[in-house]
Amino acid sequence: MTSFNSRYQRQVILPEVGEDGQIKIENSKVLVIGAGGLGCPILQYLVAAGIGTIGIIDFDVVDISNLHRQILYGKSSVGINKAIAARDRLKDLNPEINIIAYPEKLTTKNAISIFTQFDIIVDGTDNFSTRYLVNDACVITKKPLVYGAIFKFEGQVSVFNYKNGPTYRCLFPEPPKAGSVPSCAEIGVLGVLPGIIGSMQANEVLKIILNLGDVLNGKLFTYDCLTTQSSAYGVPQDASQISKVLEAAGDFETTDYDLFCGIKQVRDVMAKDAFQIENAQFIDVREAHEQPKIDNLNPLYIPLSELLEELHTIKKDKQVIVFCQSGIRSRKALEILEENGFDKISHITGGAIALYNHVADKADHKKSY
Amino acid sequence: MRLIIKYFGMLVETTNNTEEYMQTEVCSVLELVEKITNLYPDLRDKNFKVAVNQQLVNDDYVISSEAEIALLPPFAGG
Repeated sequence: MTSFNSRYQRQVILPEVGEDGQIKIENSKVLVIGAGGLGCPILQYLVAAGIGTIGIIDFDVVDISNLHRQILYGKSSVGINKAIAARDRLKDLNPEINIIAYPEKLTTKNAISIFTQFDIIVDGTDNFSTRYLVNDACVITKKPLVYGAIFKFEGQVSVFNYKNGPTYRCLFPEPPKAGSVPSCAEIGVLGVLPGIIGSMQANEVLKIILNLGDVLNGKLFTYDCLTTQSSAYGVPQDASQISKVLEAAGDFETTDYDLFCGIKQVRDVMAKDAFQIENAQFIDVREAHEQPKIDNLNPLYIPLSELLEELHTIKKDKQVIVFCQSGIRSRKALEILEENGFDKISHITGGAIALYNHVADKADHKKSY
Repeated sequence: MRLIIKYFGMLVETTNNTEEYMQTEVCSVLELVEKITNLYPDLRDKNFKVAVNQQLVNDDYVISSEAEIALLPPFAGG
């Protein structure tokens, strides 16, 4: 407050802001998710404006290929976690505010407890599964979400879950097919575009805090930096999408957003389906003495304890289906296989017991005719 | 009636077009999308929302006069 006349003087002299507005800014807590192309300008402007508490969450480290657009960082930041590197640079920009770095991945386990500590959430992530996770956590914790996303030379900005407006799921209820929308890393991006879109997001944050102008809730703003054309499209609320998220709030922590977005394949095979799968390589990960054996699947016998040493005996190009006694150790086996570059992997729900029961049921069924 | 169709994001590459005019009878959004995907079969795999005169609408919305149609895909980049 003491520095109103110097640091914030140019914004405080705006009658629309004033000293009251500056106090609102100082009392705000804003969480920025992702300190990348969008996150850098968002953070720079919000920190400069004097937001009282800024949270930065990012698990990634600064790479030299980030520097053409993530202009908060310098060569000395390369290799350092982005949340930490951003915090350290921003502290010099404005040492008067509280900056909290979360050098971790945003997950369903930590999202709710982090979001509840902030007033406004800003999405600067780079993938669909985190975007749906962020949306749902905002709906559950009732926080406004300032959304921005880019593709090549185009950007989108909107404000979701604000004053009973629509949410991200009201706009896009279903994620696109995995791999159908290339990322900046795959298709490229000019450095200025995230600068423009991120700055617009920061502007929406300040509008919300200061209750100024028309906030972009219920509107999807689009911008094309090659044609310099922009438009705003009305987004209606879809109450069923919002209630679906709220009804599933109790399961949020265990929801797999990678699965929802098709990044990860369904890995549970029902016992009844196992015998229909052709060309799969079955692996029995139980110890040698365990019964019953399921010989008609012609499995490789590799106990879980020896799986790591025996990986070379498993073909990577074939679909690999593991099973154990009841379906618990086989999950562990999936983790080991995944860590070692196997991607076509699944396991049998209920394990050998379910397989055996299925075979027995079928035999009984036959007998009764 | 004449519609102007605007393509966004990766749909520009799929259709090789940023915008084009199309003549059509009164039709629903679903019917219009079918007409456009017949022209560009690769659009079938794409996810997008349709706006009529700057307002996002559902598949059953009826387009009854000249309008600006926008096909808006989701972006994830950041």
